[in-house]
Amino acid sequence: MSTPTLQVSRRLFLRASAIAGGGLLLASVFEPLDAVEALVARRDGALPPAADPRLSAYILITPDGVVTIMAKNPEIGQGVKTMLPMLIAEELDVAWSQVRVEQASLDTRNFQGQTAGGSTATPNNWLPMRRVGAAARAMLVGAAAKQWNVPVAEVTTEAGVVHHRASQRTLTYGALATQAATIAPPDLASVPLKDPKDFRIIGQRVRGVDNQKIVTGQPLFGIDIVRPGMKYATYVKSPVFGAKVARANVEVVAKLPGITHAFVVEGGDNLNGLLGGVAIVGDSWWKVQTARKQLQVEWASHDTASQSTAGFAEQAKALFAAAPQRTLRSDGDVDAALRSSSKTVEAEYSYPFIAHAPLEPQNCTAHFDADKLEIWAPAQLPESGRQLVARTMGLEPDAITVHITRSGGGFGRRLYNDFMVEAAWIARETGVPVKLLWTREEDTQHDFYRPGGFHKFRAGVDANGMLTAFSNHFVSFGEGERFAPSADIGATEFPSRFVPNLRIASSVMPLGVPTGALRAPRSNALSFAFMGFLDECAHAAGKDTVTFLRSMLDNQQPAPASAVPSGARQPAPGLDAKRMRDVLDLVAEKSEWANRASLPKGTGMGVAFYFSHRGYFAEVAKVTVARSGDVKVDKVWVAGDVGSQIINPSGAEQQAQGAALDGIGQVLGQKITFEGGRAVQSNFHDFPLLRLTQAPPVECHWMLSDNSPTGVGEPALPPVVPAITNAIFAATGKRVRSLPLSDHDLSWS
Amino acid sequence: MNITLKVNGRSRTVDVPSDMPLLWVLRDELELKGTKFGCGVAQCGACTVHVNGSPTRSCVLPAAAVQGADVTTIEGLSPDGAHALQRAWDELDVPQCGYCQAGQLMSAAGLLAKTPKPTDADIDAAMNGNLCRCATYLRIRQGIHRAAELMAAPTPAGGARSSEPREESVQS
Repeated sequence: MSTPTLQVSRRLFLRASAIAGGGLLLASVFEPLDAVEALVARRDGALPPAADPRLSAYILITPDGVVTIMAKNPEIGQGVKTMLPMLIAEELDVAWSQVRVEQASLDTRNFQGQTAGGSTATPNNWLPMRRVGAAARAMLVGAAAKQWNVPVAEVTTEAGVVHHRASQRTLTYGALATQAATIAPPDLASVPLKDPKDFRIIGQRVRGVDNQKIVTGQPLFGIDIVRPGMKYATYVKSPVFGAKVARANVEVVAKLPGITHAFVVEGGDNLNGLLGGVAIVGDSWWKVQTARKQLQVEWASHDTASQSTAGFAEQAKALFAAAPQRTLRSDGDVDAALRSSSKTVEAEYSYPFIAHAPLEPQNCTAHFDADKLEIWAPAQLPESGRQLVARTMGLEPDAITVHITRSGGGFGRRLYNDFMVEAAWIARETGVPVKLLWTREEDTQHDFYRPGGFHKFRAGVDANGMLTAFSNHFVSFGEGERFAPSADIGATEFPSRFVPNLRIASSVMPLGVPTGALRAPRSNALSFAFMGFLDECAHAAGKDTVTFLRSMLDNQQPAPASAVPSGARQPAPGLDAKRMRDVLDLVAEKSEWANRASLPKGTGMGVAFYFSHRGYFAEVAKVTVARSGDVKVDKVWVAGDVGSQIINPSGAEQQAQGAALDGIGQVLGQKITFEGGRAVQSNFHDFPLLRLTQAPPVECHWMLSDNSPTGVGEPALPPVVPAITNAIFAATGKRVRSLPLSDHDLSWS
Repeated sequence: MNITLKVNGRSRTVDVPSDMPLLWVLRDELELKGTKFGCGVAQCGACTVHVNGSPTRSCVLPAAAVQGADVTTIEGLSPDGAHALQRAWDELDVPQCGYCQAGQLMSAAGLLAKTPKPTDADIDAAMNGNLCRCATYLRIRQGIHRAAELMAAPTPAGGARSSEPREESVQS
């Protein structure tokens, strides 16, 4: 490799180097956006104040014209391995058929933000990835201009070819690549980007780059990794979360056929880290599972062994009877407004813990050799995993290499790296390459669950049917002022800012169950409670729910000076009323909401909207409840505003449909309950996923708005849950205030 | 015990415990990673292969039961990755995470082999045992109808192999 040319500008380090064999390798590293740009981005709604705007990307162009683009983020089914390279290819101005996409390994020197979560890939990469493509294009143009001795302004590009129209000369990117590596890279912040009307790739239905490998069964996922001399491992943990091994007959198990190692791991007390257990390692995973049947473990007693779902409900009852422990927001005078309202509504809502259940069970392959650790992991936060492994095992992070594999679903489960630290530990203990693979039962019973929760609502409407008072007491899990992970609520939860007198308060009980983010964390549960109760308020006000919600959006309150308790973190700004009104109107129109009175008894329509992860979604569900009580969702209409551009309409539709159907699966029958400190459910027979015959058509409509593009995978989920339960009320008059539906008798006559 | 079976047209002999499910024979003994593990109890269909022509859950089928059997896996669904279902799946961009799709395709191939023009009810009956956690069900249904069209066409309509970018094999 020749000496790289190095250009350093105020805000940008961009290295271009000619690679062996000819070609251009472009690596770019941004410094964080400066204050001005961050402000602009925030105003545009593109970035939350705390988002990490650093990024980096690689482009490799070889003389044959093939453009290889590195996909830096983990692919978990959200389509990012296709979408991010589309952004680069667009501004590079190549034909998509020239592009090869490769998954990057974890590389904190050259890439930032190698994460999958929070629907952040689009907002965090929309401009930066395009700039990387545009910078490379500028270098190719510069190389051609130099070779032809013409002004840069006279040089144009199209589909991987550089033109000088006046002299009718052309050169391919492949022919120019080596020379382009010697051209000074432009400043990324000011490199010109295409006018959206000139997009040729962005906005097209681009198929997944791994489709052919998937449909032909080629190795692709974490579970498919094979290393020379690899052994297979299982790791048995206590069903009571965090209990350690008191004693185990590992000497017996180690002598069983095909078993090479069996040993106890003491583990720590952090539920997010390495927990105690027994590792069994052998020649094949089946032999390991067979040997496991002979394992006898006595688990040490643990102080969470008495917790149960019934106990949580009892504690919630007691906490509702007392004053809330904390007031998170208080606007106006709720109690006075309730007294003076013409009608009051009260209701309690609750929802269960649920599991992520990605179809590929947790797994990880690791090899510890000569103080270096190499890991292959289907992980959403590979860098967090590397840091966890380094801390737990006393290694320098630089001694750990992490290869990112495709994930067989994420949904938030693979934000937690317990499987990675277990595999790493076992690999060091055994000294051989090891693949750890969990059973489905372990995956179900050792999740970081979507936490359950309890809500008590009170509201008042005036004689005009306007909501004048709204009170929410949220009973959740945590300690003191700290909520358990994903068990919190924000002070901007709607209808905050849209009711003159409003209180959001909370109380918590302790929890010894791991909880975490599940697709649209918080929102996937809060939407059910809040939008279900607001539907009740609409009925109490004698109004159609669309009209009622719309009138609330028209009635934004001036920001009260004292809304946020002093010392509290400045809350997120909350939803933009116009954007939500627009998607609500759109979904009402497309679903023919106005004509729903013609539906027969037993069939009803419900509506809800929700703002999360920067996306605005309003959804209508049409549901038929048989006299027997069986519920069938007939159709879902989705209206979404995720900004000015749908980058990949095929992928966006997949995410919106998948999110809506995911919500239906949750509503119908999903719950994780606890007895004796253990999860009761274990596999798909008692934690049912949605099946094909339960999946209704999902019609998606996009409201394009003058906002920078944002993600779809999460914000499309929350509204469908209350849309369904509100539709059940319309169909049967039965109000569903707890989930899942399988707990309810919805029969009617 | 020694088990001899035909996998994707080729005779293979493995020495495995008699109760080792076919899934693990395929994945860990024969290094055919296309067939997936999802539940281990025939609840999800990710492990579906054809045994003597019929879609079968390989995760609960012991090796002893496939002595002499003719097994087809996703790797053997077509010689060139161009089975009508494989083309339809790419054309309609069916996969999200992709993990369940080998099982979906093998179930769908079993359906189309017996019922070349399936109705929605036929698809319901044949495919309801295959879970997709990403819920790609709407495109799976479309994909089966599209594959039926492709199979019925005298020349492969829309059968040109896609020029979409592909990733090289996983380094392993």
